[in-house]
Amino acid sequence: MKRRLIRVLGGVLLTTVLASGAACGGGNSTGGGSDKCGLKLAFAGALTGSAANLGIHVRNGIKLAVDQYNAKHADCTVELKEVDTEGSPDKAPGLARQLVTDRKLIGIVGPLFSGESEAADPIFNEAGITVITASATRTSLSTKGWKVFHRAVANDDAQGPAAGNYIKTVLHPDKVFVVDDGSAYGAGLADAVKSVLGGLVTGTDKVAADGKQTDFSATVTKVKSSGATVLFYGGYYQNAGLLRRQLTEARWTGTLVGGDGVNDAGYVKAAGAAAAAGTILSCPCVPATQAKGTFVADYRAKYNEDPGLYGDVAFDATNIFLNGIDAGNTTNAKMLEYVNSVNYTGVANTYTFTDTGELDPSLIILWMFKVDHNGTVVPDQAAPRT
Amino acid sequence: MKWAVAAVCVALAYLLPALRLPALTTPEPDWATLLFVVAVYVLLALGLNVVVGFAGLLDLGYVGFFAVGAYSVALLTSPNSGVPAGWPWLAALPVAIVVTMLSGVLLGWPTLRLRGDYLAIVTLGFAEIIRVVASDPTSVFKGDRGISDIPHPAPFLRHADGTPVFGVTDARPYYWLTLTLVIVVVFAARNLDRSRVGRSWVAIREDEDAAEAMGVPTFRFKLWAFAIGAAVGGLSGSLYAGTQGFINSASFELLFSILILAGVVMGGSGNLPGAILGGVLIAYLPERLRGIRAPAWLGGQDLFEWRYLMFGLVIILIMLFRPQGVIPSRRRALELKDRDG
Amino acid sequence: MDIDALLRDFGELTVTGLAQGAIYALFALGYTLVYGVLRLINFAHSEVFMVGTFAAVLTWRAFGLDQNSPVPPAAEAAGYLLVALVVAMLAAGLTALVVERVAYRPLRRRNAPVLAFLITAIGASVVLSEAAGVLTRRQVQPTPSLVRSTTVVQFGSTRVTTLQIVLVATALVMMAGLDLFVHRTRLGRGIRAVAQNPEVATLMGVNRDRVIRLVFLLGGLMAGVAALLYDLKIGNPKYNVGFDLGVKAFAAAVLGGIGNLRGALLGGLLLGVVENYGAALFGSNYINAVAFVVLVLALMFRPTGLLGESLGRARA
Repeated sequence: MKRRLIRVLGGVLLTTVLASGAACGGGNSTGGGSDKCGLKLAFAGALTGSAANLGIHVRNGIKLAVDQYNAKHADCTVELKEVDTEGSPDKAPGLARQLVTDRKLIGIVGPLFSGESEAADPIFNEAGITVITASATRTSLSTKGWKVFHRAVANDDAQGPAAGNYIKTVLHPDKVFVVDDGSAYGAGLADAVKSVLGGLVTGTDKVAADGKQTDFSATVTKVKSSGATVLFYGGYYQNAGLLRRQLTEARWTGTLVGGDGVNDAGYVKAAGAAAAAGTILSCPCVPATQAKGTFVADYRAKYNEDPGLYGDVAFDATNIFLNGIDAGNTTNAKMLEYVNSVNYTGVANTYTFTDTGELDPSLIILWMFKVDHNGTVVPDQAAPRT
Repeated sequence: MKWAVAAVCVALAYLLPALRLPALTTPEPDWATLLFVVAVYVLLALGLNVVVGFAGLLDLGYVGFFAVGAYSVALLTSPNSGVPAGWPWLAALPVAIVVTMLSGVLLGWPTLRLRGDYLAIVTLGFAEIIRVVASDPTSVFKGDRGISDIPHPAPFLRHADGTPVFGVTDARPYYWLTLTLVIVVVFAARNLDRSRVGRSWVAIREDEDAAEAMGVPTFRFKLWAFAIGAAVGGLSGSLYAGTQGFINSASFELLFSILILAGVVMGGSGNLPGAILGGVLIAYLPERLRGIRAPAWLGGQDLFEWRYLMFGLVIILIMLFRPQGVIPSRRRALELKDRDG
Repeated sequence: MDIDALLRDFGELTVTGLAQGAIYALFALGYTLVYGVLRLINFAHSEVFMVGTFAAVLTWRAFGLDQNSPVPPAAEAAGYLLVALVVAMLAAGLTALVVERVAYRPLRRRNAPVLAFLITAIGASVVLSEAAGVLTRRQVQPTPSLVRSTTVVQFGSTRVTTLQIVLVATALVMMAGLDLFVHRTRLGRGIRAVAQNPEVATLMGVNRDRVIRLVFLLGGLMAGVAALLYDLKIGNPKYNVGFDLGVKAFAAAVLGGIGNLRGALLGGLLLGVVENYGAALFGSNYINAVAFVVLVLALMFRPTGLLGESLGRARA
């Protein structure tokens, strides 16, 4: 009886397989024709995890642009796909592979971080889908020969020296200590700062990635005994906040300088307003609240909060794609050509890309921000040129 | 009769990428990539099953072997790694497996004499040490930045139009390759289980002192279990590296070891169908949960975020009510149930 | 290897290491007690600690304190600390009891093999930490500063602050109290009896279940104290704060001698200091590796620990 049952089941399974094999053609749908409608843009980045805030700001900027476009083109809309990579380079490739199977996908705003860009961009490159990142700043990304890569902000080769120069010319320290978290972004930025500061750097240390370490007393001890009055931290906001708090508790009165990865309200939350006050943060961006046009008001109306870091740049990058779609560039090849030769003025900046995908050097903006005594990040000054 | 059923199942497995039942497919990643991931997890579950299920050794650091295999391949094949080797993937694969086996022996030699709970925590410590060393960006493993440009398997295999079979966008060849390796490992494990080695493992599991007294060289066989488990782990790691083209230290979290353990325990430790089922469950269920939202009063997040919580609950429930797992091995069922007296 | 850093900062590294070690020591007491009596590594103990840290932070939040509040005057701060301490201890103790009741006792009734206990322990640990993670969206919980950092004494370049003295003193006091309890009271005698030989202890009229509950409770209370001290020193707890600290605390327990209360104290302080030295020598990113290496070496070469086991055996 049991044998009979097995035979019957086997037969049913086999039939099902053959039937569905015949019914579903298998393989991807052809298409991606010259139709403007139903095309898709994607965001890939951290929507959850310890650096989620950065991803959420960018995603919101993108969504605002797409929603505004769809309101004006109600009969021919564009869809936004959001992919949560958790900011992690090992999750990114699998998700990227899934994204590229969608023939309607015509552009990607992202990936958010440098590490995941290194992992996922080869896949986007092979599939020929144009990529504009509003936030991945590691310099080496444009040297890999990816023809689809574009960066709408300055890279760490600009940000690092800007931070370094600010330290040298505005803070005038005798001694500087540099710490990084070993991440693709943090270590790269710290190295750039170190090369600008040269002999001013009296000590360096590395810490574990965000979430892997909470006790920084060894680093704090090293900083204090080095006599440094400025600490540069290359990494993200969670660690930076904890480090700053422990430095204050150890009565270190120097200034902490960080990059755009620290530029988030989460930093102040972790450190407390009292400790965080006086922190200097660099960013290859203008403050998002200074964006032109109605961007800030629209953003506030939609999300009930001020736009955050790179939200405005992401908004612009999305609009570059949307303008391209509107102009009839509905295949991957045509969109790539369009973006390669675009000259677009958005709410945050004007954009033209070099042939390696970098933002035209004359268009680079770099700003330094400061945390005031209320714990708010306020713009300080434009970054000093080299 | 059994062979016929098995043959049908195998054929079905190879045909799976063509099968797109809406009930089965997930929002993301794409179906073929998902199948590949499932196959890799099944491979890992089979490997851990040798250590935990067959030999009864609690290894909490299995991801360490996965890492050793992946990094061995990466260092030997990538032009970006500090090592000037640049071998093709197929050449690096056997070396990676041997290196991982050696690391298993190296780990086991001093620690297998410890009692079970200490062994568990030492293996955990080992895997974490590997991860911390790999996280150092100044080390040869390049930390979070990782090693990229790892070549794909068999670049000489090409389609009619010249594009490589093992390319970047299509995950199906990788799935079929992994599936083939799964079948090979299943056969190997089955033969081991039925051999003298397998019987010794049962004896060690049930009562090590008695086994020792009966002349079973317990230490040697425990070491074998470790080495074989490590080899399978290294194989999985090599496949992963060759498919992703990129690895970094973030891929080797401790929670991953615990996830594989959960799979083995859930499916039914000590038997092959159980390990396979466990691997399928832990790989497939979280993806199935994507896109489903929890109710608002519980946070309203995507259920994908709840996956580890759910697996933890399942582990506890299984150990409380059905410790032999979903597909029990009769032997294990007897071992794990009430032991009166 | 940066030996200069180690030599130059030796004093400061030692002092801060002792302060961190005090937290490990209190945390380790829970592991060592449970292991001594049950031969079980209670993986869920790390989540008991985590619950304590969250309980303290939530208590302070209930008082309206957050990360931006100014440091309150000493008397007021003492009040906040005391209330949070009680809440943290209760929350942690309760969690420990719940875990024992739900995860371990059913297995004990069935005489399940060791493997089953360990797997369930891991399951419980994952459930608790992931539940906290989902509920808090894996975000860090901002913490107010309650202790103004003032230097009490200074040896050359080495400062000793009030906070550090509080940490070490609390660990010593708690340890002394627990030691007294285990060695001088009737309940304590029961604990030692069950640790030595459960069957004979039952014959002698000791209620084994009650002793086990007591041991879990004591471990939980100690973890609650450790949790409060952690919140004072570092703050900003996250759902997975227990994991790394838990393994380190377990390493400390093994280092000192599993089942040995004084060993837990010694092991904890020693580990805190050694960790700092390692961080100075190799870089702070290796700080976790130091604890694991210590653990592996200790288990391989001296599994009975520095002070020997007083409640159990190491080798199979």
